[in-house]
Amino acid sequence: MSATTAGGGRIELTDLCKRYGSGPLVVDHVSIDIAPGEFITLLGPSGSGKTTTLNMIAGFTDITSGSIKLGGRDIAPLPPHRREFGMVFQNYALFPHMTVAQNVAFPLRERKVPKAETARRVEETLRLVDLEGMGGRRPDELSGGQQQRVALARAVVFSPSVLLLDEPLSALDRKLRQSLQQEIKRLHQELKLTFVFVTHDQDEAMSLSDRIAVFNAGRVERIGTPADLYRDPGTRFVARFLGESNLFPGRLRPGGVYEWAGHKWAVPDADGTPAGRDLIVRPERLRLAATPGEVPDGANSIAATVTTLSFQGTHQRAELDYGDGSTGSAVLPPDATDGIRAGGRVTAYWDPAHQVLVTPPAEAAPASAAPDPRTIKENA
Amino acid sequence: MPAPTAPPETAGAAVPAGRAPARPRPAARRRAAALFLLLPALVALGVFFVLPLLDIVMRSFTDPEPGAGNYLSLFTDGYTLRVLGRTLLVALIVTVAGVLLAYPYAYMMTLASPTTRAVMVTVVLVPFWTSMLARNFAWMVLMQDGGVVQGLLSLVGLNGVRLLGTTTGVAVSMIQVLLPFMVLPMYSVMQQIDRRLLLAGQSLGASRLSSFRKVYLPLSLPGIVSGASLVFVLALGFYVTPALLGSPQGALIAQVIAVRTRELLDFGGAGALGVFILVVTLISLGVSRRLAGSGAASGAAHVMAGGGGR
Repeated sequence: MSATTAGGGRIELTDLCKRYGSGPLVVDHVSIDIAPGEFITLLGPSGSGKTTTLNMIAGFTDITSGSIKLGGRDIAPLPPHRREFGMVFQNYALFPHMTVAQNVAFPLRERKVPKAETARRVEETLRLVDLEGMGGRRPDELSGGQQQRVALARAVVFSPSVLLLDEPLSALDRKLRQSLQQEIKRLHQELKLTFVFVTHDQDEAMSLSDRIAVFNAGRVERIGTPADLYRDPGTRFVARFLGESNLFPGRLRPGGVYEWAGHKWAVPDADGTPAGRDLIVRPERLRLAATPGEVPDGANSIAATVTTLSFQGTHQRAELDYGDGSTGSAVLPPDATDGIRAGGRVTAYWDPAHQVLVTPPAEAAPASAAPDPRTIKENA
Repeated sequence: MPAPTAPPETAGAAVPAGRAPARPRPAARRRAAALFLLLPALVALGVFFVLPLLDIVMRSFTDPEPGAGNYLSLFTDGYTLRVLGRTLLVALIVTVAGVLLAYPYAYMMTLASPTTRAVMVTVVLVPFWTSMLARNFAWMVLMQDGGVVQGLLSLVGLNGVRLLGTTTGVAVSMIQVLLPFMVLPMYSVMQQIDRRLLLAGQSLGASRLSSFRKVYLPLSLPGIVSGASLVFVLALGFYVTPALLGSPQGALIAQVIAVRTRELLDFGGAGALGVFILVVTLISLGVSRRLAGSGAASGAAHVMAGGGGR
């Protein structure tokens, strides 16, 4: 079985479920259609089912129900070594008793590729990941970043149609992580394989993916391009998981009015029935005015106290307190400081076109003034 | 008698080290202090181990007359060489059988839950904790003609298998008591192997079996080598077990040494035998060190220091 598949494979997950024993569903009817050559990220907190889903695709975990198809063919009954997927592990999983070259040659040896061709492809693949001449080293002589490059090389050397990556960057420090992100992105563009990438890091997901599937409690909460998900998260969970936001968990009233803690804001494109909704405004959409008179007509606004103002080079960041213990933040141009200082009162305002209504978690939707509207940055 | 494997380096190390001075010490003085701490152990080793050993070596060349006669007769009297061969063979069989029994056992220990693992360790250590004589007499009862073992074997159609008084019986008992020396070093190596490497192997196209053979087995090799060398070396010096369960015709080297020292008072000849076994021991330790990297032999010794059953 020579594995010279050109291009990426299409993966269809249909109603995929996983249950251990008689416990709850760890993966709950997950359906994703992954296009050939697509870079898709399964994003979610730990325990959300993303890794289990990946392990079911890889064949390390049996499926409880549903189907997994590769190029239209059901692969669920196949053992892992017959699925022809490359896989990169969180802890690299390099074979410590083999040299770098032997590690990379391993999948070719298993496929009985002739020696000369093995040597040629190992060298070529090591060049692809910038590790020329390192073939004779042992894995423990390499840095973490280099080890992960070897793992990448080993996973693509046999030209699989799909590359599965299980939190491959989480063991690296921030700087290395960024350079390897670029490396992975470049590999994706050069090899044109389908990438299925698992992470809990929203920044990683945003900068790498064509599409992101956000996992929550075993289900795919939402799936879409990074820009779509950021602009219109749809649910509070996704809004909090992807980026920061000023979040006001209030209620949509009839006639295009949104109400939270005594504030009333215009919702021009209000649709749907009046109900509990969260209104969110991303920090970079929020403007600050020193006096209420500076707020332009038609803008929604709220009084706030600037708790801290920090200069970040390209921009400034203001942490805001809206009273009632609710806080938020705004991103300002680096030189806009007129009348805005830490401890001062300001009026925060935004164009109604830049606000988004999202659904709070079922039944937890507060009828009116909620206890803890806050800005959340979850990328732990 | 052959030397035990690990010299008891820590014997009597709990000696007051003098008063620590308030000012910082130069490196040289710290080294002197370290030597001072080692002194009790070094003295004890020198007096009770090195000097007697030198005496044995001396006598093997001088008693009854100067020269290499004792060593020459080892290879020429026709009897000693046969006993040596038998001893090496028994040690080898015990080692190989031990590896075959201990490897799956240690592997299962890495997969078991902590409770099950504790039970498994206890089971394997029971013979190690049992008094040597009690254990051997228990084996005599089990192996005697018409005993439990024979009864069980005849149930599966093997009639009249004799164990007591045979080298097989001796080997079986030795395997039992030496099993912990095999299982524990293997387990300590295996538990450090990342099982995800097996998954990695499978994801790269190797079947479960092939992944095990090419990834897990080589990584567990140091454990095999250190367990095997430990058991081999210990098996060379077994005395009580072959004396009680074996026969004079199937004597092993330790019995011959005992006969020479206690009955024939041939200290020179016994010394030559002892030195020979010591050399074989050192060679096998050296080989295992080469096979599995320098950590293996000492790793085994640290898992279970103490020449428990002879």
